[in-house]
Amino acid sequence: MSIESFAQTLVFGVFVGGIYGIAAMGLALVFGVLKMLNIAHGELLMLGGYATFWAFRTFGLDPFLSLGIAIPVLFLIGLLLDRTIYRHIVRQLGEEKIKNSLLVSFGLTLVIQNLAIWLFTADERTVQVNYTGGGLNLFGVAFPYARLISLAIALITTLVLSYFLHRTYPGKAILGTAEDFEAAELAGINIHRVYMMTFALGASLAAIAGTLVTVIYGISPSIGIVWTLKSLIVIVLAGTGSILGAFPAGILLGVVEAVSGAFIGSTYREVVGLVIFVLVLILRPEGLFARK
Amino acid sequence: MTKFLDVHGINASYGDIPALMDVSLKVNEGEIIALIGPNGAGKTTLMRVIAGLHQPISGTVKLGETTLHTLAAYQIVEEGMILVPEGRRLFGGLSVLDNLELGAYARRARESRFRTLKRVFEVFPLLAERQNQRANTLSGGQQQMLAIGRALMGLPKLLLLDEPSLGLAPMIVENIFDVVKLMNNQGVTIFLVEQNAHQALELANRAYILEQGRIVGKGTGMELLHNHEVQQAYLGLAPAAN
Repeated sequence: MSIESFAQTLVFGVFVGGIYGIAAMGLALVFGVLKMLNIAHGELLMLGGYATFWAFRTFGLDPFLSLGIAIPVLFLIGLLLDRTIYRHIVRQLGEEKIKNSLLVSFGLTLVIQNLAIWLFTADERTVQVNYTGGGLNLFGVAFPYARLISLAIALITTLVLSYFLHRTYPGKAILGTAEDFEAAELAGINIHRVYMMTFALGASLAAIAGTLVTVIYGISPSIGIVWTLKSLIVIVLAGTGSILGAFPAGILLGVVEAVSGAFIGSTYREVVGLVIFVLVLILRPEGLFARK
Repeated sequence: MTKFLDVHGINASYGDIPALMDVSLKVNEGEIIALIGPNGAGKTTLMRVIAGLHQPISGTVKLGETTLHTLAAYQIVEEGMILVPEGRRLFGGLSVLDNLELGAYARRARESRFRTLKRVFEVFPLLAERQNQRANTLSGGQQQMLAIGRALMGLPKLLLLDEPSLGLAPMIVENIFDVVKLMNNQGVTIFLVEQNAHQALELANRAYILEQGRIVGKGTGMELLHNHEVQQAYLGLAPAAN
């Protein structure tokens, strides 16, 4: 393998990994704060992708600009799901909560997926914009514009979320609630409001990931579960409870998948991700990017 | 003195196990009240009920004219009653400063939080020095100071303290008790749960004794300090020879 093609493999791994990171970050946020595992996160991502697709198809809106539609739409869907379904689960404690969140969100996965087939048909949809084919070429390595913009959006999203969580008052309230929800209540924080806003924020992150997926790969109603599984791997790599660690962990998974795909064949790419998942669980269960 | 906190006929349980039976007590404005009793008597449960973290089966909790037992914990904080929970319960991964800031999250405390912060730093200068350190890197005594500091950030009218001396060296316990006295002098009413009965009774105007979920005794701090049964049960004094 030439140096150029190896470099190209790495670069594409980083591009893919950025999307993994953003997809996982919303799941990590909800898991870290509400202590529920939302299997339907991939379906929210899929809905976000469709919001972008339809904004593109109907109004001719640039898919990256249509984040301005996809994010608020998914934020509202997040609020709605929290009010109608998840708020009943979040009140439960410990094992019961995690079990019920798995069951309910798995059921929701089926509902949303079938709803999407009914509404949007099972066809795969893509968006084509005039810069889709274009890109930079540095030292024989291609940097397609769409992927560069996607990575930039992923990076900016991570930085904005980091700023929000660590530097603003409502952000700190979210982190405090994640650490100890009773202590947060005793500080005067309305934790059920925090849970609602956090869930909606997680759905908004899914909207961003879904938009990037739509631009880079295209979208169909069945993609949700694939992204939920990827996100789970990334969360374990990052360390459960590490929200922003999802970004470097996503990049790592993207690069490892790309490199192993190049060396041992793309059929085993998925396997490598799962092998790492198991290895990390055995050797470093606290995750690679967890602060301790 | 006006009646301030009025706890009446509280029954509470954990699942099927009863924890509190018909507990009633009163705290007047400006007092320091201690609640003493052995391990497992239900002291912490009572604190959790009053703070809105544990739903009682029956009974009422009132602060002045306001009914508290129907409110959520965060709404009770908004009424000016703040609990420093057993075991400190800090936001360990956040900085000392973030912990203090979050203490003023309630609407009634939020606006004046920078002024309050200055006051808390005057009381606990050590917290000012370590404001950027993560809370879980502090020593036990420092963590207790931060827990109290965080509660003070919420501008309490009534401060509930659950076992503030637990696991701390005697010097530091004295330090904490001095702060409690200081807060009381500045107009904060104190309701204190302690296993460290001797110091608690010396500090308190009045005290209640809780055993197996029931109030079994009450009196002024001095009365209880000199009460024979209390001495034997809680103050580690040998029964007098007859």
